[in-house]
Order: sequence, then C-alpha cells, then structure tokens
Amino acid sequence: MGFKRYVEIGRVALINYGKDYGKLVVIVDVVDQNRALVDSPDMVRSQINFKRLTLTDIKIEINRTPKKKTLIEAMEKADVKGKWENSSWGRKLIVKQRRAALTDFDRFKLMLAKIKRGGLIRQELAKLKKETAA
Amino acid sequence: MAPRKTPVVSRNPQLIRGVGKYSRSKMYHKRGLWAIKAKNGGVFPKHDPKPKAASTAEKVSKFYPADDIKVPLPNKRKAKPTKLRASITPGTVLIILAGRFKGKRVVFLKQLTSGLLLVTGPFKVNGVPLRRVNQAYVVGTSTKVDISGVNVDKFDDKYFAKAAEKKNKKGEGEFFEADKEEKNELPQDKKDDQKTVDAALIKSIEAVPDLKSYLAARFSLKAGMKPHELVF
Repeated sequence: MGFKRYVEIGRVALINYGKDYGKLVVIVDVVDQNRALVDSPDMVRSQINFKRLTLTDIKIEINRTPKKKTLIEAMEKADVKGKWENSSWGRKLIVKQRRAALTDFDRFKLMLAKIKRGGLIRQELAKLKKETAA
Repeated sequence: MAPRKTPVVSRNPQLIRGVGKYSRSKMYHKRGLWAIKAKNGGVFPKHDPKPKAASTAEKVSKFYPADDIKVPLPNKRKAKPTKLRASITPGTVLIILAGRFKGKRVVFLKQLTSGLLLVTGPFKVNGVPLRRVNQAYVVGTSTKVDISGVNVDKFDDKYFAKAAEKKNKKGEGEFFEADKEEKNELPQDKKDDQKTVDAALIKSIEAVPDLKSYLAARFSLKAGMKPHELVF
C-alpha cells in the first residue's frame, strides 16, 4: 500500500487532456499545489494542472528548471523514449495509434491475416487432438 | 470592337473613394493627350461615325396583345460541374453507399461533365459495369489503383443516355405481351467497351496483392466501427 509514483522534478508524465493530449512531458518545476511546469523536446515549456497529467514510472535526473539543451541531453541519457516504447503501457498506446490509422484496405488485409492464423491454429489443434485421442 | 489586349488601368491612384491623387491638368499631361494632339496637328483626332447599314423598313404589326404579359428576367447563370472532393482522384477505390451496388468497392475513372463520377467494378471482379454514380453516395478510400493504361476519353454522359424508345401506336390490345418479351439486351459494343477498359485495369489490380479480393468483397459496418473515427 502507498503511492509509488511521486510528483518530483524529473518525473515523466503523460498529458491526458487538452491540446497536447498524448504527449510525454517531464515535470521541471512545481508551481503550486495544483500546477506544475512541464517541458518536452517538442513543446514550449508551460504550466499545466496536475489533473491533466498521468504520472509514469519513468524518472530522469535533472535539476530544477534546466535549460532546454540540458533537458534534452538528460532525456537522451536516460533513454526516456526507449523505456516508454518498451513499457507495456507505451506499447499499448502505440498499438492503439496504429489501429486507428488503418485504412479500409489495411483492415481487409488484417481480416484475411486473422482468418489465416485462425486456420493454422485450428489445424495444429486438430493434430494435437488426434494425437491425444490415439 | 476587338477585345483589348491590355486591361484598362487607371493612372490616377485613389486617395479616398472619389478623390484622385492627380488634378485634371496633371491627368491630361499623364495620359499623353498633348502628344496625341501634337501628332494630329493641334487638334484631337476625330473619327467619322461608321456609315450605318441601311435597315429595311420594319413592318408595323397590326396585332397587339390585350394585356401586358410579364416577361421573366433573363437568367444567365451557368451551372458549374460539381466540385470533386480532394480525396477522389482517378484510380481511387470508392465505396458505393446506396443503390443496387451498395457496399461495393469500385474504381473511379473520371468525372463527367454532368458532375457524376464514371466508375467501373471492374465487371469481372465484382459485377459493377461502367456506370455513373453521384459523388454524394460515395466514400473515397485512400487506396489508389494505377489507371494509366486505361483510355476513358470516349465515355461521356451521352454514352449513358437511355436509347430512344420506339413509340407504340395507341391501339394496344394486350398489354405487356409480345412487346415486353424482348428484354433490353446490352448492345455488343458496350460489352466490348467494358472488356477493353477492364483488361488494362485488371492487370494493374493483380499487381497489388489482395487488391482483387478486396474489390470483390463488399464493405459493411461491423460492431465497434465508428464511421466518424475510421480512416478510409
């Protein structure tokens, strides 16, 4: 019991509401009880309410309000992008984005692939059934 | 008058509406009227009016209608062809949404002058012939087929007009008897047109894996598909 992910300088968070929905940002300073200063390599440093953030497990080593260059270096050193894309949460988000971008033709090819896979599975299952029955 | 080669442009810029920058005398100088006068010996050149062709004396009609008939205002509007959606280019696969072929995925060939879209199945793949379809009943997908080998110049709206029916004489004893027995057979040249258009198309379709079976299948909304969120 107890909290595991804390709001601290260097905590990586996901924005879950607003114009920057879906972006990974680093908490760079705390403004007050409700707001933090966040920054990311591809956005202007800005304040955001904690309610719009979901904390992740990733944390990087930075001082309070680092320069943009220092921040980018620290993110590279800690390999935030790699850690995120390999985490199960990050992978699920990537799959969601891919599925949303499928075109009609892609969906058709996906359907064919699923049918083929199901057929193969059923073949193997039939084989195994035969073996155990024999 | 012969059309002007250069557009009329004023040499007197407007300061405010109704007030020009230059005065009358300055404008006289700017327009070069002094040079035209000098060339013509101090007098502004005058052209005699062209002699009018002698018009035949019009016969005054003895008949006037009793009441004044209102003449409708002339309507000079010209209908523009329907604007084609940016997502629909020649070779795009379209999904037909209504009519006999609803759900069919079909290849777009060109837009006709009436604004309708010329479309073909191809016929061998999904049974849709060369056909016109309205843009409003169609969803454009992002899948494109290579259409460079196909010549669609000969197809226009007149090609699809109904053949003029022979007028039956008024004395018809039996309705729907021998007359309607002959079903309207497609003329052989239309079938040949279909074959030539499809031959080139099918080659480019078979070059892409799964595209042929994609065009043969119908589109339908399944559970969980939200049309406003789908990328076509």
